Amino acid sequence: MTGVTVPGQAGVPAAESGPMVHAEQVHKSFGSIEVLKGIDLQVRAGEVCCLLGPSGSGKSTFLRCINHLEKINAGWIRVDGELIGYRERGGKLHEMREKEVAAQRRAIGMVFQRFNLFPHKTALENVTEAPLLVRREKRAEVRDRAAALLERVGLGDKLGNYPSQLSGGQQQRVAIARALAMKPKLMLFDEPTSALDPELVGEVLDVMKDLARDGMTMIVVTHEIGFAREVGDSLVFIDGGVVVESGNPREVIANPQHERTKTFLAKVL
Amino acid sequence: MSVGTDSPERARPEPIQAVPVRHPGRWVAVAVIGVLVAMFVHLLVTNQAFNWSFMVDNMFRPPIMAGVRGSIALLVTSMLIGIVLGVVIAVMRLSENPILRGVSWAYTWFFRAVPRLVLAILFGNLGILWARIEFGLPFDRQIGALFGIQDFEARLFGFSAVDILTGFVAGMLALGLSEAAYMAEIIRAGIQSVDEGQTEAAQALGMTRGQILRRIVLPQAMRVIVPPTGNETIAMLKDTSLVAFVPVSAELFFQLRAVGSRTFQVFPMLVAATIWYLLLSSVLLVGQYYLERHFAKGIGRAGQAKARLRGMAVGGGGVTGGGGGV
Ligand SMILES: Nc1ncnc2c1ncn2[C@@H]1O[C@H](COP(=O)(O)OP(=O)(O)OP(=O)(O)O)[C@@H](O)[C@H]1O
Ligand SMILES: [Mg+2]
Repeated sequence: MTGVTVPGQAGVPAAESGPMVHAEQVHKSFGSIEVLKGIDLQVRAGEVCCLLGPSGSGKSTFLRCINHLEKINAGWIRVDGELIGYRERGGKLHEMREKEVAAQRRAIGMVFQRFNLFPHKTALENVTEAPLLVRREKRAEVRDRAAALLERVGLGDKLGNYPSQLSGGQQQRVAIARALAMKPKLMLFDEPTSALDPELVGEVLDVMKDLARDGMTMIVVTHEIGFAREVGDSLVFIDGGVVVESGNPREVIANPQHERTKTFLAKVL
Repeated sequence: MSVGTDSPERARPEPIQAVPVRHPGRWVAVAVIGVLVAMFVHLLVTNQAFNWSFMVDNMFRPPIMAGVRGSIALLVTSMLIGIVLGVVIAVMRLSENPILRGVSWAYTWFFRAVPRLVLAILFGNLGILWARIEFGLPFDRQIGALFGIQDFEARLFGFSAVDILTGFVAGMLALGLSEAAYMAEIIRAGIQSVDEGQTEAAQALGMTRGQILRRIVLPQAMRVIVPPTGNETIAMLKDTSLVAFVPVSAELFFQLRAVGSRTFQVFPMLVAATIWYLLLSSVLLVGQYYLERHFAKGIGRAGQAKARLRGMAVGGGGVTGGGGGV
């Protein structure tokens, strides 16, 4: 087992009425390089949290820790009260088995910068794949839900298209529908619009705004300051693997307190 | 015509009527090839050594058809062993477990080093090692002696080696086990050709490693795996003739040669062998075409499989070389 610090009794938050995402002192190293140096974060249910920070600051790494695509070296992350990647038994942490980790990930949707759609499956099949395979739901039910989701992201007429027959913006919207098909309670977005042509950014952001209005809990890594200001409930600025500044997006953007936040915002605005 | 007129409705220019480039070399090539083909046809038709009527009469006789069936059965079973075991070895090679990686490496190392002919003869003679093949606790007698028990035996089940290692099974194992080593390399290259992001996206959806391999990675790897596997299958078709040394007699080439040497018509039967192998490998090529088209789904380049099929006939390369021939 890796050297995970066992959270003390006082540090363990209660499951009910707690935040949807609660991270404490998250540390992550690749070899000898420490990328995350103690990140604290709380996101309440229904909130949209925007992560900002310069390239290489560890935003993607932190996001990947939340669904255990990366193993953290110290600290802990809870999603909806559940410890991610570990089980507590008798004051000790036990690594979860692969199946248990997979089960935890089902409740956490993730959208990638490069879409990562399955190219050998149609838009509809991309969306139905996981519910059928992982949740073992009835085919007809899944199909209807998938079609409705694709309709919702504005792709009702593209069910039979393969990813290679879709534009970047359309692919990213399929990717969002694919994540939503698992009925997640939390959605993670890693720069969902960074790989898109400027004229396609709007259509993806619109889908995300729609989701936010619906009360989905979202953590969004983005350079879209406008989106953060309009939709974000909180903004967290990360640099060098630590949270430099956080707060209400409109206030932080209008009036950054920290020097590094100021220089960063000056560059992206 | 003036360049850069401002008028909004410019007249459509006349179609180009240029003198095309001549290709005199092509005509020379056509002439040369024409003469060569004519000479070849002349040889085929006039040379008595071909003895066409004898060949046609004999190449479909029952023992030879049995040989064809035997060769096809060997081809199918040994390729099945090769592919299934190849997937296992490839996955072991890519696993995080160093012991599995080592075993996989050693397997590939051994079976790629030893020529198939040698393997075929070796497997045919395994009966020398064991009269019976038994599965149980190793060193059971020695362990028994340690505790003072005479003739302690912990054998779970066993069977007579001669029964099971008949020619066919020995040949099938020799070819299949050796094929697995080549297939493992091809499949490994295929798996590694699939973007890492595919696995991550599938993991994020809550799929397990086995599900990801079966549903996401392997189907995409197939695009890279199928063409060299086609080469392997055709190489295997030819290598089935090696089992004559096991010895196996229900095999195409053995049967054709038997007819040839019995009737002293060796040459027509060699031509018959050529034709048979051409026929069978053509069938395989057609199968490969449809497989490639199937796995090109969603890549939007189904037409390329066709182009590659045409290229195959000339000898498209694989990821690894084909199996050893005689
Ligand atoms: N698998 C890995 N192995 C080694 N180093 C890594 C790995 N993944 C990320 N890193 C390093 O960790 C640091 C943080 O990377 P990360 O991708 O989290 O940054 P980021 O904030 O998302 O940047 P960007 O805005 O460019 O996406 C970088 O220096 C990167 O090189
Ligand atoms: Mg990133």
